[in-house]
Amino acid sequence: MQLYLPIADLPVNVFLVLAMGAAVGFVSGMFGIGGGFLMTPLLIFIGITPAVAVASVTSHIAASSFSGALSYWRRRAIDPALASVLLCGGVTGTALGVWTFTQLRALGQLDLMIALSYVVLLSTVGSLMFSEGLRALMRTRRGALPPRRTHNWIHGLPLKMRFKRSKIYLSVIPVVIVGIMIGFIGAIMGIGGGFILVPIMIYLLRVPTSTVIGTSMVLTLVTMLFATMLHAVTNHLVDAVLALILMVGGVTGAQFGVRAGQKIRGEQLRLLLGLLILSVGIRFAIELVIRPEDLFTIRELGVSG
Amino acid sequence: MRAALALLLVLLLGSAARAERLIVSVSNHRVTVTPNYSGEELVLFGSVEKDATSPADRTAYDLVVTVMGPRADMVTRRKERTFGIWINTDYRQFLQVPSYLALFANRSFDAITSPEIARRQQIGLNNVLLTQRVGGDYADVVPNDAFRSAFIRLRTQRGLYREDPSAVTFLTPTLFRTGIPLPAEVPIGTYEVEIRLFANGAFIGKTETAFEIVKVGFEQFVATTARQNGLIYGLVTAAMALMTGWMASIVFRKD
Repeated sequence: MQLYLPIADLPVNVFLVLAMGAAVGFVSGMFGIGGGFLMTPLLIFIGITPAVAVASVTSHIAASSFSGALSYWRRRAIDPALASVLLCGGVTGTALGVWTFTQLRALGQLDLMIALSYVVLLSTVGSLMFSEGLRALMRTRRGALPPRRTHNWIHGLPLKMRFKRSKIYLSVIPVVIVGIMIGFIGAIMGIGGGFILVPIMIYLLRVPTSTVIGTSMVLTLVTMLFATMLHAVTNHLVDAVLALILMVGGVTGAQFGVRAGQKIRGEQLRLLLGLLILSVGIRFAIELVIRPEDLFTIRELGVSG
Repeated sequence: MRAALALLLVLLLGSAARAERLIVSVSNHRVTVTPNYSGEELVLFGSVEKDATSPADRTAYDLVVTVMGPRADMVTRRKERTFGIWINTDYRQFLQVPSYLALFANRSFDAITSPEIARRQQIGLNNVLLTQRVGGDYADVVPNDAFRSAFIRLRTQRGLYREDPSAVTFLTPTLFRTGIPLPAEVPIGTYEVEIRLFANGAFIGKTETAFEIVKVGFEQFVATTARQNGLIYGLVTAAMALMTGWMASIVFRKD
């Protein structure tokens, strides 16, 4: 069944988009991530312009993180204090990100920047996660204990604050900086940033695993809602029809993904996720390096009359 | 039914040319794009009417139909390899060029008329005026300019620019018809149709008509709201995201 997308300005097959939403939802449910880094490239692949894809996926991620955040809230697995400090940074970062997005679009370099950020970010995070997963897997094979967590330089920073639910005593400076960073890249790349935020919170900020996913989902939810609003107001690029189809597919797929994820061991899960992230990064890298099929592109600057 | 209606319109409409009169009409003056629109074809009907002043020996006519969609500014960018990756480097701005452009004729353009007249009458994609901003100047460039030909090639690939020298068929020596294909991603707005009449290589008259492409229904409403009320649109989209997420958490609640 063909449906015309009003903002993306092209007809798509509803079932194809629904299936894409479900597939990404499955993966996101399995790994406990938003899945934006998969959804945006897939949309670009079916012919939606990167700008519209990024802007529309933000609302899709907001929906999936809201349903996730609700269930974590019921299990009291969200640290409200930590979430609000993260949000101070996140909202600032998102505003900066959307502003940069608009500037790059005017310069004609938005698509390049989106692709470059995907390459750099995904291949870095992907290889880190993959190697970490491998090491953990080998450790369990050998039956060794995981290395003990020690305090690092981050815990020496001033402006410390007590986060009760997470039972940590931490400076607000790194938390706000992490928030800004996630908000910024989220708005430019159309990703929630959960797959970067969770490792940072665990390894750098030493947030306990009991609250880390729930809290990161709150940050994702608010920054993505805010990004949706800003993209809608400044660039008019959010395709609500596209977003709705993605959401419906996504939240359904996620439920099955969660069940599948529970059957796989943690280290293997991280290994798989690392591999997945890395391959998306490589896919973008190849596209930048090989000679494009067409060296020319056209962009309309708005119809008049 | 449509054909009959068109023929009726043919008889009612019309405009004065010199010796011959061209009377034309399109099958539908208002094309509506609905959410499941996947392209359509309009039909243009017309007839060449002779009057007393037209030379009696003139029997073979040639026709060129030009369809132009709403005009817009467009930018064509060229990628070049820089530091090992392909990035947009150079660009050219096209000013107020048709977003849709189709040229149809009953036989090849160079068989219809001389290159000089073809250029003056803008017959063929190579001769249509596409104004570019070159530095501080506004001008069209030679047809084989890299940006101009890339522009036409890309628009043609999307089905938005086309040229077909065999699309016009004469049903009788004076009655003709042609199809105007409109692709799925057709730009909305007013379309101008110009019909030029040639005989023995000479340009003898021109008439114009128009049709309109409008988006209707829900999707038009969405597109307009997004453009005009960005804030409300954003709020509604955000609310929709929250609703979907909340409903999912209720539907799939496990306890």
